[in-house]
Formats: sequence, structure tokens, C-alpha cells
Amino acid sequence: MSVQTEPRGAAGPAEHDHEAHQKAHPTDRDYIVIAVVLGIITLLEVGTYFIEDASTTFLVATLFPLMIAKFAAVCGWFMHLRYDNPIFRRVFVFGLVLAIVVFVATLTSMEFWSDVYPRGM
Amino acid sequence: MTDTATTAQPSDPELHPKGVVSHQTSTGISNEKLAMWLFLGSDCLLFGSLISTYLLLRHRSVTGPGPEDVFDIPFTSVSSFVLLFSSLTMAMAVGAIHRGEERRCRTFLVTTAMLGALFIAGQVYEFTSFVKEGLGYTTNIFGSAFYTLTGFHGVHVSVGIVFLLGLVIMSLRGNLGPERAETVEIFGLYWHFVDIVWILIFTVVYLIP
Repeated sequence: MSVQTEPRGAAGPAEHDHEAHQKAHPTDRDYIVIAVVLGIITLLEVGTYFIEDASTTFLVATLFPLMIAKFAAVCGWFMHLRYDNPIFRRVFVFGLVLAIVVFVATLTSMEFWSDVYPRGM
Repeated sequence: MTDTATTAQPSDPELHPKGVVSHQTSTGISNEKLAMWLFLGSDCLLFGSLISTYLLLRHRSVTGPGPEDVFDIPFTSVSSFVLLFSSLTMAMAVGAIHRGEERRCRTFLVTTAMLGALFIAGQVYEFTSFVKEGLGYTTNIFGSAFYTLTGFHGVHVSVGIVFLLGLVIMSLRGNLGPERAETVEIFGLYWHFVDIVWILIFTVVYLIP
């Protein structure tokens, strides 16, 4: 593992970046607040399990935004994507979007969205 | 991008106290951290394939049991909270090491490892109860897809626990000071990724019928 260092006697952009990054780190209090919010969202998610006769459409419409909110909160604050160099965010989002596109295409080609595919294999 | 670690001469006062120096990279960012993000980006594809395979196959079994017969949502919800809480302790470990609080960091690393182990224990219990209810790996196509998806996630958590214990040992030996904060941070990225994958699995596999 390495720690970035500047040439001796020079304070270049990388050092300034590193300092800015350090200052921008969330505090423990921030982490606890985020964790409480994530816990509340999870409680809401679990709560949908106890709704009788909830349709799949209702569950998808309710649970997907909550899931995306949790995903974004963990990535943004716990993984520091909000504070770190944008290249990290671009690399990760590229992989994520590629995965979503590839597998939505796969599910579509397998007629996942329709009831045409025979049940039972 | 050049980032070559070299052994320092003990007499040089400006070099790293642990005897390791790395040179500035041409991008100004850490190669190790970039490599971890690349790995996580590629891991999205692995879990994307496993989740989409599960979605395709879960309701296509001709023999039972199916998801509605075996899932215990309240139990799995508790496991989800455990993993979520472990992300908090991991984030606090990273914060502590950045501030130079080695002892506090070690405490949070141990707590994270214990919470991860608790999650794995829950998964083992869940798998065991499913098998007792008649859902083996080859019982039906739902079982195969489910065990493969959640099993891969469990392996990721288990590998994470091993690395956590490695960090704890490094810390106990005095090799995990503030100068190694990036090591803890990079591992933290892996642990949080395991958490966000579970966020997807919990919703898509367990909560949406």
C-alpha cells in the first residue's frame, strides 16, 4: 500500500487534493445520521411485507425508490463518492450502468417482462 | 501511471516511517484505490448476472418448494440490519484511522468482523433451515439460482472477514497507523460494496414476490 507523497519541498496539486479530501470526510456524527436514515428506510421496506394483498406493481413502485436511496446513501457517504475524486465515481457508475444495460437486455431477450415464457423447467 | 514502492534508507528523515515510499502518480490519485473501484465496477457485472439469472428462474420450477414456501422475511430483515450496522462501524473505523486513533480503529474493525460473522451465521442457519424444508441446491431451478446468488454474496462477506482479521493483526503489531489509512479506506470500499449488493438482494430476492 502506498501513501501519496510530493517531491520534497513541493506542495503540488495531489497534496492539495489530499488535504481537501481529508477536510471533506464526514464526521462520526454524519455516519450515525446516515445509518439511522438507512435503518428507517429498511424498516419501511420490511413494513411492506406485512401489507396484505399488496400487488407486485405496488411493491416495485414502493421498494425500488427506497432501494435506490439506500444504495446512493451508502455509495455517497460511506464510500465517500460525494467527496472523492470524480474519476472513482465515473469508474464505478460505468460498471454499474454497463451491468444494468447488459442484464436488462438479457432479461428482455428472455421475455422476462411478459408471461409468454412457459413456467416450469 | 507510475506508483512504484521502494524501500527507504533508514537515515533519510523525510521518508515514510514504515520504510515504504510511493511516488506521485501521473493522475494525482491513488492507483490502489482506483484498482479497487475498477474491481467493484466489474463485480457489478458478476452480481448483475447472478441477480438476473435468479429473476429469470425463480418461478420456473416444476417442483417445490418455492420462494414463498421457505423465506422467513423477519429473520432475513434482522440479518440485513446487522450488515447495515457493520457498514457504519466500518465507516467509523476509516474515520478513526484518518484521525490517527489506532485503538478506536481496531475496536471498530473487530466489531465489523463480528457483525459480518453474525451475518454469515444467519445465512448458514437460513440455508440449513431451507434444506430441512426440502430445498437443496439441486432440488429445483429456484434453489440452484437462489443458493448461487446468496452463496456468492456470502463468500464475499467471508473473504471480507478474513481481510478484516488481517487488518486487526496488522494493527495489533503496530503496522496500521495513520500512514496506512488508505489501506483501511480501500478495504472499507469493499465492505460497503458487499453491503450495497445485499441492499439489492434483500429487495429483489426477498421482498418482491
